[in-house]
Amino acid sequence: MATTRKPARPTAPPPAAVNPKPAPGESNRIAGARDDWESRDVREAAERAPERRAQFETLSGLPVKRLYGPADVDALDYLEDVGFPGRYPYTRGPYPTMYRSRPWTMRQIAGYGTGRDTNARLKYLIAQGQTGISVDFDMPTLMGYDSDDPRARGEVGREGVAVDTIEDLADILDGIDIGAISVSMTINPTAWILFSMYVALAEQRGVPAQALSGTVQADILKEYIAQKEWIYPIPAAMRIVRDLIVYSVEHLPRYNPINISGYHIREAGATAVQEAAFTLANGIAYVEEVRRTGLDVDAFAPRLAFYFIAERDFFEEVAKFRAARRVWAKIMRDRFGARRPESMRLRFHCQTAGSSLTAREPINNIARTALQALSAVLGGAQSLHANGMDEALAIPSELAMKVALRTQQIILDETRVANTIDPLGGGYFVESLTDEIEEAIWAYLRRIDDLGGAVAAAQQNFFQTELAETAYGYHRQKERGELTVVGVNKYLDPSGGDVPIALHEVDPGVEAQQRERLARVKRARDGAEVARRLGALAAAARGDGNLIPPTLDAVRARATLGEIVRALRDVFGTYVEQPVF
Amino acid sequence: MPQRIRVLMAKVGLDGHDRGVKVVARALRDAGFEVVYTGLHRTPEEVAVAAVQEDVDVIGVSILSGAHMALVPPLLDELRASDAADIKVLVGGVIPEADRTKLRDLGAAAVFDQDATTDAIVEWIRAHAGRADPGGPRREPGASAAARPASDGGRDGV
Repeated sequence: MATTRKPARPTAPPPAAVNPKPAPGESNRIAGARDDWESRDVREAAERAPERRAQFETLSGLPVKRLYGPADVDALDYLEDVGFPGRYPYTRGPYPTMYRSRPWTMRQIAGYGTGRDTNARLKYLIAQGQTGISVDFDMPTLMGYDSDDPRARGEVGREGVAVDTIEDLADILDGIDIGAISVSMTINPTAWILFSMYVALAEQRGVPAQALSGTVQADILKEYIAQKEWIYPIPAAMRIVRDLIVYSVEHLPRYNPINISGYHIREAGATAVQEAAFTLANGIAYVEEVRRTGLDVDAFAPRLAFYFIAERDFFEEVAKFRAARRVWAKIMRDRFGARRPESMRLRFHCQTAGSSLTAREPINNIARTALQALSAVLGGAQSLHANGMDEALAIPSELAMKVALRTQQIILDETRVANTIDPLGGGYFVESLTDEIEEAIWAYLRRIDDLGGAVAAAQQNFFQTELAETAYGYHRQKERGELTVVGVNKYLDPSGGDVPIALHEVDPGVEAQQRERLARVKRARDGAEVARRLGALAAAARGDGNLIPPTLDAVRARATLGEIVRALRDVFGTYVEQPVF
Repeated sequence: MPQRIRVLMAKVGLDGHDRGVKVVARALRDAGFEVVYTGLHRTPEEVAVAAVQEDVDVIGVSILSGAHMALVPPLLDELRASDAADIKVLVGGVIPEADRTKLRDLGAAAVFDQDATTDAIVEWIRAHAGRADPGGPRREPGASAAARPASDGGRDGV
């Protein structure tokens, strides 16, 4: 893998190495010195103290050499492969000045209980210096059930905030100026409903749609692949995402209508390479879906946003972010013929890895999260969520979220790592690894193309089977102690004592409160009007019209999320998984 | 030859985090058990019906959403009502210490936390499943086969 070279690029400018290419005599001199070092210094040192392992590798399984040097990057073409921040291929960052002008958005997620509970947490985080808002919804909201549905039993307000009608979203954002702060919503199968509620809420408050900024996740493909919150069959779900993107491009020019997410793919067991490759494959599928409407790629591609994880292999993660930017730029330019720079630059939100956190000695999770967050910053993230130390046990407490936000602030304001752009760029190891990851991503993209693209590959369980394999492999490595987890499978505390931490308690009254609130909204609305608007939505679904305008009509009349989902389920049907393990 | 131990691995509720349940299912299959996986988004009642139909010795329920106190008791009740209380119910996932005791008091046979090893789960099942374990032939290691969905009487999968 390390020696695989890229195919010749017809448009490539004259080659120039990362470092001024050494003259033949110079590279011979370096190679000679290296041989001398290996055969004398290294051999003698290894005799005294053998290396810890015979072979080292990244978390993805890419081989890691003892040392990297000029010879490992001599095939890199600086202008074509690395370049400058804000310029193709964006390896060093999507913007010319990066964090020197504008630090990443500190976007700690919040969501539990009722809208009022979540509103209090959001205001607390803003008061602590958070710069963006991110809302997490409960399972019934994600899956399209109202709080009074039997399927919602035990889950209302538990893993996120409960939303049944626009009134709940109004509570969540009460007193928050949505014309001035960007709001990110982690929601997928029901994303178009939350998006419509958000637009309708802005109308109510007199905020013009053009002023709205923010993100709705709306990445439905990764749901079938990894996160498993789905409702409709894949083609219908793709159509909903398409309508959301098209409507947003036409009416909310500052809004990101999709956040193409590798985070959940990684958490389901992917390697770094699989995470990047599968996410970019999904991105390709969305671009193709929207292009089928006849929209020019440069009209919507600038609004596509991405979302990656920051896992534990520090340098591999940095290289992954850099490689993903480079691959996406090439896909947009060469495959889709994009002309605008904004269409080619990959912007991403990042979250530290929830599944890397341990229930044992949870305070250690602060250190894990800090290092993962640092890799996201050195990899050039536009927005970041650092996990709470208690996430392996419960949804984060206020203290855990404050520490996580402070971690971000310490990285920005105390470590000074954001004062120069892409500080690891040009490093022999990082550039070499970026190149290897790029090659491995292309190899996956070719396989997925051969299967007929991401939608077809998902329908054939390709991704799901790959993830089941790697998830099981990682688990076995952990059990055998090959994948170290400090405090869990190595350095176990003989006293068994943990530092006690106070966990967030779920209010057992939330489910009843939320059902009561929903009943109140239903009593106050015009039921006949709601039914008429739901009928119009179903009619639009049977045709090929955009689903956002009739959904907006429905939420304005206080139709519930569950009612809207049911109206389309009658038209589209339900997805049935054939699970693999 | 005696029958192999049969295990139903189940997800109840709306939570879609299935990495853990599938890793355990795979490990149990590799250990020689007959494993059936329900797929996602099942109700406790659906799981109980499937367990009886499939004549399993053990049900493994994986819950990460925190809804275990709302979802496990109805499953245990339903098993008792179906005269199938001899089926051992294992609970795994993110289960706070205090709830582990409560679940065992309610009739769950064992609770495993997220740091439990699959070997520990295999050993527990070998020791406690009602059926003598013949350690039957292992399936092809490494082959990721399609899971056999539990017979579900035409449910819509949600």
